[in-house]
Amino acid sequence: MSTQTTTAAQRPYALLAEFDTVAEVMHAAEKVRDAGYMIWDVHSPMPIHGINAAMGLRPTILSWITLAHGLAGAAFGLLLTWWMNATSLPGLSSSVQGYQFLISGKPIYSLPANIPIIFETTVLFAAIGTLLGMLGLNKLPMLYNPLNKSRRFLRATADRFFIVIEADDKMFELQATREFLQTLRPTAIETVTED
Amino acid sequence: MSSSATVPNSQSQSQWELQLDNPSQRVALVLGDNDFTTVTDTVTALALRRTPPAWYVAFAVSLSLLSILIVTVGYLLTTGVGVWGNNNTVSWGFPIINFVFWVGIGHAGTLISAILFLLRQNWRTGINRFAEAMTIFAVCCAGLFPGIHVGRLWLAYWLVPYPNELGMWPQARSPLLWDVFAVGTYATVSLLFWYMGMIPDLATLRDRAKGRFAQMAYGVFSLGWNGSSRHWLRFEKAYLLLAALATPLVLSVHSVVSFDFATSQVPGWHTTIFPPYFVAGAVFGGFAMVLVLSIPAREWFGLKDLITHRHIENMAKVMLGTGMIVAYAYSVEFFTAWYSQHHYEQFVFLNRPLGPYWWAFWIMVFCNVVAPQAIWFTWVRQRVWVLFVIAVFVNIGMWFERFVIVVTSLHRDFLPSSWAMFTPTWVDLGMLIGSFGLFFTLFLLFCRFLPMVAMAEVKTVMPQAQAHADEHSGLADYQPSPDTPRELRRGHWFT
Repeated sequence: MSTQTTTAAQRPYALLAEFDTVAEVMHAAEKVRDAGYMIWDVHSPMPIHGINAAMGLRPTILSWITLAHGLAGAAFGLLLTWWMNATSLPGLSSSVQGYQFLISGKPIYSLPANIPIIFETTVLFAAIGTLLGMLGLNKLPMLYNPLNKSRRFLRATADRFFIVIEADDKMFELQATREFLQTLRPTAIETVTED
Repeated sequence: MSSSATVPNSQSQSQWELQLDNPSQRVALVLGDNDFTTVTDTVTALALRRTPPAWYVAFAVSLSLLSILIVTVGYLLTTGVGVWGNNNTVSWGFPIINFVFWVGIGHAGTLISAILFLLRQNWRTGINRFAEAMTIFAVCCAGLFPGIHVGRLWLAYWLVPYPNELGMWPQARSPLLWDVFAVGTYATVSLLFWYMGMIPDLATLRDRAKGRFAQMAYGVFSLGWNGSSRHWLRFEKAYLLLAALATPLVLSVHSVVSFDFATSQVPGWHTTIFPPYFVAGAVFGGFAMVLVLSIPAREWFGLKDLITHRHIENMAKVMLGTGMIVAYAYSVEFFTAWYSQHHYEQFVFLNRPLGPYWWAFWIMVFCNVVAPQAIWFTWVRQRVWVLFVIAVFVNIGMWFERFVIVVTSLHRDFLPSSWAMFTPTWVDLGMLIGSFGLFFTLFLLFCRFLPMVAMAEVKTVMPQAQAHADEHSGLADYQPSPDTPRELRRGHWFT
């Protein structure tokens, strides 16, 4: 068990507990959840199935972001095709004015012939919205995180599992929380400091 | 998945000795004595090691092929489209053949990353990254050809609708504009999907890299990912949503490409079977390309435990299945021509096997219909290099399929007075060869610097990833877990 020495000047950012296996970290997460901590997290190299319930996480609203972007894309595609080929408003500058394209005596605007473009803009907007929505909700890109200072934590993206309880949590007390983490039988506990 | 006690060692036995008789039990997706540590080591070492000399040799070869492309495109742009073999009758020569060929190749990557994901085919994790990279690079090659086919590349931006002083807008009812939107969206969404899936693996490389520059470069592109479970929750949802968006998208792309032909009145093109036939052909040719790339790569990069024989066999089976759809489409085209009693249509379908381009037709039939039949036999599926040869045949055959569709339909249409033959020039051939140079150059750069196997995804399908084998055994890969029951939800954080 290694501990990083902390001087009084260094404010703790979080306590970090390391686990070897998925099952251990799952059971530990359930106990942290039941202890009532709020600002804490489990870090793992891959998504752990069942961890959401073990942590008590809410479902994400990402799907609604995707839907909103998809609908916006559909509206954009519809308006774009209609404006380009089926309108001609007098008084507008010719550079923004639509042009009534008459092709083979077919209707100036008919939905079926424009569906391919509307479909593509729907998918394009929805996909971009999904990626940006995921990054935005996750507050990424994150340029700096005090956890990066821990050498041990480098393995969070390779083969180790970590429970991190942040000092911002109302229940966080350096000594008490450390003792609580101790009861979860981690392989190591480390204090990560701010700055 | 077999229990962890029987996870076999690939060094001592071939996949075929490991195949269990009971079909409800399958050979593990990751073989050998592998755990999370060794999987990470294997894949990161490929990106972080010193560049092996063989890579430089391969890169030099691809760059010299790429230089052929650069020279021929430069010659085309400075001289004019007359340098191609295209003529008034066969106005869509090699550029469109190459375009359809390359965009089709890309489809297998999206099939693996999106459709097989939705179908919960967990074996896709080993080959996913690979195949998606192939998609991006194939679409790069594809996008080049319509761009130069417009003749004046510097005006290619006219394809995009934007307000302009000419008062000119694109024609939204033309399949050619649908193509611009379809291929543009496909390229963008494929890139997003590929990049998003790579973020956790780039973070692994960042944390493993020793050099300052590598740490910075991987650090910038991994966006500060640190494996937070709150992040994974939204990441998995985003992955599912992108897969659900990419699935209809990929089907639409080659359908739209086929509309370029099918909405015309040219006999041999004007058929309703084109969209499904093109999509099946694209997946067929694409899987052949994945096999051509992955069979040598697993050998050279020491990835046999991650890209196992089971992966190769599954891909061969998909290739056989889609190949049968393609063979069916070929025969239906002939039946329809006969059944339609349409003079011109019947002529085209006699002209294909018996006319002056008979050799192209029969190469296509041999490579796409005859050669894949060997995959029915276990003996063939057991031997990856035999599969490799078949996959090369299929790639050749799929290129000839597009040659047959474009050239034999156009060269003899309604009026015999306008009939003509098509002969490719050295520029045509140079561009075809050169496009492979572009493809392999990009692919070698990917193999050198990026995580070649989706590490985080592969880890989810390893037995070690299951906390309770009984409860969550149905979930692996990036399948989002069911939502947390209300009474267990506690986090304050906005999710």
